[in-house]
Amino acid sequence: MIMFIQRAIIQGIPLLFGATGEIMTEKSGNLNLGIPGIMYSGAIGGVIGAFLYENAVGPENLNPALAILIPLFASLILSLFMGLIYCFLTVTLRANQNVTGLALTTFGVGVGNFFGGSLIKLSGADVPSINLTATSNFFKAKLPFAGDLGVVGELIFSYSFLAYLAIIIAILASIVLMKTRVGLHLRAVGENPATADAAGISVTKYKYFATCIGSMVAGLGGLFYIMDYAYGVWSNNGFGDRGWLAVALVIFSTWKPVVAIAGSFIFGALLIVQNYIPNLTMSAQEIIKMLPYVVTIVVLIIVSARNRKENQPPASLGLPYFREDR
Amino acid sequence: MVDGAVGTARRCWALAQNTAMLLCIAIAITPAFKMHFWNIGAEGQVLIGGFDCATVMLKLGGKLPTPLLIIIMLIAALAAGAVWGLIPAYFNAKKNCNETLFTLMMNYVAIQLIGFFVLEWSVPKGSGQIGIINQKTQAGWIPPLFGKAYLINILIVVAVTVAIAIYLSKSKHGYEITVVGESRNTARYIGIDVRKVIIRTMVLSGAICGLAGFLLVAGQDHTITKETAGGNGFTAIMVSWLAKFDPKWMVLTALLICFLEKGAGEIATMFNLNLAFADIITGIIIFFIVGSDFFINYKIVFRGSGKEVAA
Repeated sequence: MIMFIQRAIIQGIPLLFGATGEIMTEKSGNLNLGIPGIMYSGAIGGVIGAFLYENAVGPENLNPALAILIPLFASLILSLFMGLIYCFLTVTLRANQNVTGLALTTFGVGVGNFFGGSLIKLSGADVPSINLTATSNFFKAKLPFAGDLGVVGELIFSYSFLAYLAIIIAILASIVLMKTRVGLHLRAVGENPATADAAGISVTKYKYFATCIGSMVAGLGGLFYIMDYAYGVWSNNGFGDRGWLAVALVIFSTWKPVVAIAGSFIFGALLIVQNYIPNLTMSAQEIIKMLPYVVTIVVLIIVSARNRKENQPPASLGLPYFREDR
Repeated sequence: MVDGAVGTARRCWALAQNTAMLLCIAIAITPAFKMHFWNIGAEGQVLIGGFDCATVMLKLGGKLPTPLLIIIMLIAALAAGAVWGLIPAYFNAKKNCNETLFTLMMNYVAIQLIGFFVLEWSVPKGSGQIGIINQKTQAGWIPPLFGKAYLINILIVVAVTVAIAIYLSKSKHGYEITVVGESRNTARYIGIDVRKVIIRTMVLSGAICGLAGFLLVAGQDHTITKETAGGNGFTAIMVSWLAKFDPKWMVLTALLICFLEKGAGEIATMFNLNLAFADIITGIIIFFIVGSDFFINYKIVFRGSGKEVAA
């Protein structure tokens, strides 16, 4: 049981990163459907960084700080780049958000698999994957006292620093969105950009910052998946459709990062629960994998039907804003 | 690159078939997009249509004469696609649910549903795939025309394309779709029943997606997997958008995308790169086309030239 909860939380963390990033983005009125691509590029960024560093000094002489910082930095840069592409096209060039987002997903998954595939070839491995266990071990470093605290230690203190970072970012995002002036402005931009503009808020600036920071947070989800969950092993398409699950989680949590924390654990549990039910047929597993999406649809319907203001998507979500054609 | 796409007669036919399928899905989502109903659920609608078609093929194959069987398969596919389009449309029209997110989720419900039945009905049991359905009898397969396997498929898609082009530009329904797309308030003001238009258009859109599923299963793959639609449901959105929702240009944009995929695949093999290269090229080209729209629609006038600035 403890094992199950631990695994569920580890499964949920990448989704939490993705969902938090997407919530920030959507609050500015940008519906970024490029999230799956961004998470892929965040993952491959980390892999490239770690691969170059491991090859430069050899897996035995890694410096712990650098081994973490280089992949982290590479991952953030790549996902920032993806966010900038999206912003430039949708905010500056006013392109359609859905088309741009989907193209970004195609592009990001392509980048991931292309560089992943090329690195696999470079490393000359027999199996179609890259093994970065040495770097992964630094990422998986746990709190030193986790083992001494029994069940509580296992459940609460046994994760790597990125997992705690995910939760901290989600809580911070909640506070910034709901309690600060910056958050108020950001929500104003997402609800009604014309009004925000009239109130002297720079719509372009807020959209750029929210989307780019959101992308970087989502990219960390990819990094966590590779370095922690997958033990530093990259294989093409290994990340699967977790990016879309993260988008589902945004709706499930009704655009609230704190709710997304709990939601991510539930989704994580649904992803792995089939391994813990005895005598489950392969086909029944497929039905369980459908549950997160069905639940999301139900939440979407209920939220719309009850029509409570605080649970709605941002009013101008997906709509472009042109100051000149009001 | 050209060689990889149209180098041999065989490659030409494969390219034509792929283009036709992509075009069919793009045509299917166009009415919805014109209505500004962001239906990104084509993948699921195609899959569920193909799945229903495969179910009929599997359960009734050999028990009915082939023409009758094909008609039932077609009806099943159209109905399934239509239902998959109807559900989000209903909730969007009645409850104002966000249709983009709703249709996106419906894709994965369809994928997992197919995953379930593929495992249930797998041949041989436990292999995890259905395999070619009715391989010996070919019951329910769309027959080749003049010895060309895909010719009927392509002709059907051409017919649908022409029909939708006329429907959108010449019929009253097409006009209503355009008005609802431009402004739901205006549509309400001039007495168009917006809800009815949304639901009707999405049923049509879903049904044509179902048709695409039927053509894929009965005319090309003769089996059903989670990969039957192969991401074309998403690619079709770009095809439709690049053509500015105009069916006649969609033929070209669909051809362009398929050509790029095949050609980039060939480059990748030639230089020993991997196939994901094609995705990168496609992505970059779409970024450029989407971005260049701005420069077509707006004229940039730099300040400081002493004249008044025009927008």
